[in-house]
Amino acid sequence: MALKNIRSNLDRLFDKSLTDLIRGIRNNKDNEARYIASCIEEIKMELKQDSTFIKANAIEKLAYLQMLGYDISWASFNIIEVMVSTKYTEKRIGYLAAAQSFHDSTEVLMLTTNLIRKDINSANMYDCGVALGGLACFVTPDLARDLASDIVNLLTSSRPYIRKRAVLLLYKIFLKYPDALRPTFPRLKEKLEDADPGVQSAAVNVICELARKNPKNYLTLAPVFFKLMTTSSNNWMLIKIIKLFGALVPLEPRLGKKLLEPLTNLINSTSAMSLLYECINTVIAVLISTSAGTPGDHTTSIQLCVQKLGLLIEDADQNLKYLGLLAMGKILQTHPKAVQAHKDIVLRCLDDRDESIRIRSLDLLYGMVSKKNIMEIVKKLMEHVEHAEGSHYRDELLSRIISICSYNNYQYITNFEWYISVLVELTKVEGTKHGAKIAEQIQDVTVRVESIRHFSVSQMALLVENANLLLSGSAQQRSNISEVLLAAAWICGEYSENVRDKPSVLEAMLKAKPSLMPGHILSVYVQNIGKLYAALISKAEEEEDWDAVDSLDNLMMSKLPELELAEHLEAQERACTLMAMLKVIEMYHSRKEKVAEEVARLYEGELNPVATKAQRKVPVPDGLDLDSWIGDEWEESASESSEDETEKTFGQMKVRSEFANFGGPPKYDSEEEPEKGYQKMKTKKKEHDEITSAELEKRRQQREREIQSNPYYVKGTAAAPKRPNEFPVAPKREENGESSQNLSIQSPLEIPGVVGLSRYMEQQDSTLTWKNAKKEKKKEKTKKGKGKKKRAAEESSSDEDEVAIVHQVNRNDGEMPENAKSTDDEDEKTNGLTDEFKALDVNLDEPLRPDEIVRGPQAYVRQSANARPFMQGPLQPRPPTTGPQKVITQEQTTKKKVAKKKKNDVETVESAEKKMKKKKKAKAQLSNGATSAATSGNVFDMDNWLDEENVVEEAADALKGEKKSKKKKKLGVPSREAYEEPSGVCTPSNPFQEGDTPGPSPIGSHSHLSSLASNGDLKADYSISVCPDDPSTCLVKISLSNEGTNEMKGIEINLCETLNARMAKDGDGDSSLKVSSISPNDSTILPLRVTVASTALSQKIRGSLTYFVQDGDNSNSEKLDFKLSIPATTFLLSATIGKESYGVLLSSDEIDLSASATCSSPVPFKQIVQRITQKARFTVVEEVPGAASLYATTNIDNRPVAVLVKKTGDSIQINGKSGDQQMISSIVDDLRELCSKK
Amino acid sequence: MIKAILVFNNHGKPRLLKFYQHYSEEQQQQIVRETFQLVSKRDDNVCNFLEGGTLIGGNDYRLIYRHYATLYFIFCVDSSESELGILDLIQVFVETLDRCFENVCELDLIFHVDKVHHILGELVMGGMVLETNMSEILLRIQEQEKLEKQEAGISAAPARAVSAVKSMNLPQQIKDLKLPDLPGLSNLKNAF
Repeated sequence: MALKNIRSNLDRLFDKSLTDLIRGIRNNKDNEARYIASCIEEIKMELKQDSTFIKANAIEKLAYLQMLGYDISWASFNIIEVMVSTKYTEKRIGYLAAAQSFHDSTEVLMLTTNLIRKDINSANMYDCGVALGGLACFVTPDLARDLASDIVNLLTSSRPYIRKRAVLLLYKIFLKYPDALRPTFPRLKEKLEDADPGVQSAAVNVICELARKNPKNYLTLAPVFFKLMTTSSNNWMLIKIIKLFGALVPLEPRLGKKLLEPLTNLINSTSAMSLLYECINTVIAVLISTSAGTPGDHTTSIQLCVQKLGLLIEDADQNLKYLGLLAMGKILQTHPKAVQAHKDIVLRCLDDRDESIRIRSLDLLYGMVSKKNIMEIVKKLMEHVEHAEGSHYRDELLSRIISICSYNNYQYITNFEWYISVLVELTKVEGTKHGAKIAEQIQDVTVRVESIRHFSVSQMALLVENANLLLSGSAQQRSNISEVLLAAAWICGEYSENVRDKPSVLEAMLKAKPSLMPGHILSVYVQNIGKLYAALISKAEEEEDWDAVDSLDNLMMSKLPELELAEHLEAQERACTLMAMLKVIEMYHSRKEKVAEEVARLYEGELNPVATKAQRKVPVPDGLDLDSWIGDEWEESASESSEDETEKTFGQMKVRSEFANFGGPPKYDSEEEPEKGYQKMKTKKKEHDEITSAELEKRRQQREREIQSNPYYVKGTAAAPKRPNEFPVAPKREENGESSQNLSIQSPLEIPGVVGLSRYMEQQDSTLTWKNAKKEKKKEKTKKGKGKKKRAAEESSSDEDEVAIVHQVNRNDGEMPENAKSTDDEDEKTNGLTDEFKALDVNLDEPLRPDEIVRGPQAYVRQSANARPFMQGPLQPRPPTTGPQKVITQEQTTKKKVAKKKKNDVETVESAEKKMKKKKKAKAQLSNGATSAATSGNVFDMDNWLDEENVVEEAADALKGEKKSKKKKKLGVPSREAYEEPSGVCTPSNPFQEGDTPGPSPIGSHSHLSSLASNGDLKADYSISVCPDDPSTCLVKISLSNEGTNEMKGIEINLCETLNARMAKDGDGDSSLKVSSISPNDSTILPLRVTVASTALSQKIRGSLTYFVQDGDNSNSEKLDFKLSIPATTFLLSATIGKESYGVLLSSDEIDLSASATCSSPVPFKQIVQRITQKARFTVVEEVPGAASLYATTNIDNRPVAVLVKKTGDSIQINGKSGDQQMISSIVDDLRELCSKK
Repeated sequence: MIKAILVFNNHGKPRLLKFYQHYSEEQQQQIVRETFQLVSKRDDNVCNFLEGGTLIGGNDYRLIYRHYATLYFIFCVDSSESELGILDLIQVFVETLDRCFENVCELDLIFHVDKVHHILGELVMGGMVLETNMSEILLRIQEQEKLEKQEAGISAAPARAVSAVKSMNLPQQIKDLKLPDLPGLSNLKNAF
């Protein structure tokens, strides 16, 4: 044996410890990988050894290697082997490695269920702690299901260290096993009132996490949290609670009102910045929620917030500055004016060297921007764009510039030429990912602002002509910035009347290389080539310049075929269509026939901005069933697939949906099979007139008819008729203006490419001021005339045709289809909830269904009598899987199950069971009430609670007043009672003692008589006190009074002595007490000494009273049975303790065992506390409305007993702590009885 | 919720990684690299909050970090945590380490990463803040150490002695083989 030991020692000597491994790695920097590989080989050898010590060492090393990025999943089983070790140090290593490397798909995890169950029920607190900590990291749905009930049992552990962890772990359990949430939630809720602040804080933490995802289910907890918030001084917990309120407030504006005051108080009083900041955040949330509903006057709150945030922002601490800006951004949404006060600081923050702060101040710019300073601010931002180092920040800047400028449909922009220049300037930014956004803006502005078009077109023409510059660079860059070309090409085509040099633009477009240019842009190119061509040809025909016509045709015929080869289907298709049209046109031209008018009509029509959601809002016409087949059968054909593909391609072109012109038949035509386009044009060209709404409807019907007869239309999706703007960009244009070629403005550019912003600014500087002045006036007017419909806008614009230069801006939200649904319902309920949290979205107020229980195998359920009641309630242990029990499960009725199971159990358990049933019933009733209330509008007493507002305070004030007056009275009459306390520790300076006990009673507070038994004749009362000379003996005074009319004789009291309690013999050895006689209306007192074996237990002693009633000559024998109860509280001494030392005591190990009970009573809380102080000798340490902490010591060895009594509604919760489980259970039980007395 | 806790040094070498969500080892290393890139280019006197980081996070997440001498302590948290609260938590963590290791330095973290994990386990559990009271944390750690010593007792003496000898780096290791049996040595403080 010894030899073997030495051998293993020897072996161990050559094993590497973790330190050796780390040192080795450090010494082998050059060939680390090789060294580690050899170490892993060694570890594999070590894992084959029998000794758990060696294994643990190996696993420890693996855990380290895992951190370096080595996969250690191969050792999963060995990790479990180490977890099984009986030694804490080794077990800990196992759990650490498991926490680091196990995850949901680790298969061996299913082997760990029993191991973990054993560990969390271990007597060693740290075994349990480490198991809980590990489980929190690697819990799987299976583990969660199997261990849920064990975890819940731990909630009643006597050790806060364990309870805390169990509470936190519950959150993970809920995530993995949502079914556990409803049955265990009441238990979790109880922990909000746990005696240990750490456990409380953990419970708050878990509920906050749950509520953050599904706040509406937790509204009913608001009163509880409100109380915690106003009473707790734990900043960590306060922060969580306040954050939780921030999530709840949007759901219940009244809650916000109630919160404002305490929050404001906190803001003013706290010195903790973190708390201050969270308070401000929640106040902001309150303000946001209330401003949405009833407009209240919260200017003081806003000012307070803004003022405090101002302090934060100006603070030298960058962290506070950051958070200040962050919170300021939230105020901005609803109270932009309030933020403006800090404009200078915010603008200064833009120059901060810290990127995080710069980004946050960017958020605030919305509030800072006005028509006057937007140019200045954007200029500053543009400078930042130039100097920005990281692409993240640069992109952020870019999108911010765009969103500031386009805010509320260009509310702040007065000079659109400037804006176009800005956008063009932005295209120069390298490597941005916002190309599409810029393009969108350029298009949008150009469409909305008519007067800007000539400028915009001139810029875009330059872009198109120099497309090669934009298309250079890497593919990534190209794809982003080339989006701008899409806008450029489209604008040049759509507004070709404004293009100065059409032939060169056309030529530039025709030069586009299918290989370089992204397909969707190419297709826009082709379409707009058509437009430009149409414009040119009609001019040439008009001038009868047949040479020009021929050269144009030649140009097109020579260049277009190249585009026909585009890979992109849409581009290819359009090119082919155009080519086919050209061939026809050329045929006419060769006969010197004019066709330009017809060609031009293809592209007729004005475009207006269309709301982004317009298409989704189209109402389904009556009688149209989108799901039914329109045609007879599904025709398989090639064009089907091609249509599908094109659809896919167009899906990417998000940009263009902005411009989807809706409902107009001309657009619709262009959407049809392009091959047919020419014929269609011929047959329908007369229809391209102005559209009135009546006509529109007519056309739609006609279109539907056509669609029905057109076989090609059957092939798309069944909803085909409903997508009239599949090719939204296909624009029509009016060719009524002369070509603007001869306008020939001097180009502001000297280099090919784009106009510079600075150059533009130089040019415009002189003219800006007067332009601005006029524009602002103008804008005010247009705002008034804002209509939803384009026609309204037109009207307003015709009203104000006096200033030609001023930009007329179509600031509508965009066109919406007629009869559009105005609701925004489609965007709701997508607030980023993952499935994980959706599963937790359950109504917690609903009563539990009988089948809703957390089942756990019973094997390791603790059997101690005290713990027993706590396992009940919603947590029914899973019935054992033996035959008869199975039958029971099929019955599905919990009550029966419970009853049957109890058969073999001892009486005590049965009674406990009954209690629990009662409790359960009460709970069910409670929640029943809650749901019925909830259905009737709101959540149970929330309404009351929210509305009572000041009632509570008033009541509290009144109480205070009362107290005061009592105090005054008492000062006159010094409380004798206090001095007479046997322990002598209770001093009159204890304010609670004075305030809470109503005047000294004649006999002493603990000698109140309780009723023992009575019939018509005899009434027996008793009082109990402890013998001063013997702490385990109590003096029971039985007072007998004759209430009948006849004399009583031979009265005798007999007690059935038990093991625990016997009557103290006073010498004569008789265990009965005798009184010879009591005359009517007289009473006598019998002293009785009862000695108990254990003061920790409540005693119930049966006894009987026999007497004779002398009725005339007859004497009847009568018997009266009674039960004398000697509560454990009898043996307590009242003692006082300071609040602080009480707190220390609670968290100490001295009283680490606890018990709790609930009962209900309508008696006011004050009276209950009084009762407890009088009859159970507790003293009040601290009392707040609805809760009191009480303290007493045992009379034998002065061990402390702490009790917390809380009353919410009618239910009273009693939590007790002491060093003796038996004692505290009995005491709590006694108190429960005491409280539930009427 | 805390999504991850990273500790690495000024060169990006990981000293402690704790992820409360599963990432493969490869991803973990990538996250460390990316986070190091983000953090290392920031001055010491800028704020301790960072947005961005594509691998870890999303909009709701932010990095909260502190830089102590040669080490970065980085917590990746979502919006349910208070920013300043987490900064305080990092401070508590580091102060606890300081108390446990007596003037903690990077070397302590390098060689006792397991112990650091155990200490962290007293502060944070499964991504949720467990305890912030330092005296309570220290008390629990001391108790566990006591337990550790109890368990180790005599049986661990050889191993400790050996490591002591090893760290003395004497050539006559073999000669000292008997050392383990000397009970007096069990009290030797581990001197690496």
